[in-house]
Amino acid sequence: MASKKTPEINGGSMADISFIALIFFLMVTTMDKEQGIARRLPPLPSEDQKVEDQKVNRRNIIQVKINASDRLFAGNQPMDVSQLKDKIKEFLTNPSNDPNLPEIEMKNVEGLGMVPVSKGVISLQNDRGTTYSKYIAVQNELIRAINELRDDFSMRTYGKKYDLLDEDRQKIVRDAVPQPISEAEPKDVKKK
Amino acid sequence: MAKFIKKEKSDIPAIGTASLPDIVFMILMFFMVSTSMRQTDRKVKVVMPQASEVTKLERKDLSSYIYIGTPTEQYQAQYGTESRIQLNDSFRTIDDIRDFIAAERENLSEADRPFMTVNIKADADTRMGIITDVKQELRRCSALKIMYGARSDVRK
Repeated sequence: MASKKTPEINGGSMADISFIALIFFLMVTTMDKEQGIARRLPPLPSEDQKVEDQKVNRRNIIQVKINASDRLFAGNQPMDVSQLKDKIKEFLTNPSNDPNLPEIEMKNVEGLGMVPVSKGVISLQNDRGTTYSKYIAVQNELIRAINELRDDFSMRTYGKKYDLLDEDRQKIVRDAVPQPISEAEPKDVKKK
Repeated sequence: MAKFIKKEKSDIPAIGTASLPDIVFMILMFFMVSTSMRQTDRKVKVVMPQASEVTKLERKDLSSYIYIGTPTEQYQAQYGTESRIQLNDSFRTIDDIRDFIAAERENLSEADRPFMTVNIKADADTRMGIITDVKQELRRCSALKIMYGARSDVRK
């Protein structure tokens, strides 16, 4: 044994070293939160497939249009973004069995049984001149309407909010309250 | 007297710096956990619109980014002030999206490819025309999972 003790490593510069590491991380990283509105685009119709006009009953479709000057029309009626959510909720639930609002069909949802499901489809159309922020605001309202319907449904069925359900039940709720937003082939919405 | 002065001096001890490394390490850990590596230099100005119904991206490693916005000031002389598309580190056009998506797909493992998400980060003032073009091109490349980048607002 040359020495009884191994000499202690000097830890005085530890602070400096970790400061350098800290500053490095401050510079190369961002704090961007990766969040947004997740959507699924419809696949392109294949070449040989004839573009059949899907015969959707007129009452089952609501057209939400945003024109080049950011005006919003829902079901041919001009309205403000703040009114859209309730309009969509009324459209999808059809509480008074209005013949002008979509049909409600009993559908078998796996794991739950027969559930009334609306056949309504929301068709979203925008102009090339629409601003992105307006488009997102409208998308947001549509999703908000559907999220509220999902919450209502899961409250009624499970007594819990949608977010608090487990994975399987969330899927059941998603099946019972679908998100029928269709983004049509790009088409210019003319000014009214 | 001398004794008195000496006593007063020793009453104020130096602040111990022994725990400084630990404190700095703690801050370092916080930043390492809460931030993500910056992948690209932004060359376009992107102020994302606000939305209340945002969802968090589950798998960051599976997403590729398309930035759309007006070029930042230093590039305006060269690229003008019209909205442009930025892929990776450079300004590109709609036609380059196909190659970009193919390359991004190539980087992922076979099992992860169907879950690839294209994150569209567009400026709030962008016109939908360019975004519609991008969306059509993405459909042509069958990259169907997309996400419109948005900031969450407090209204709930």
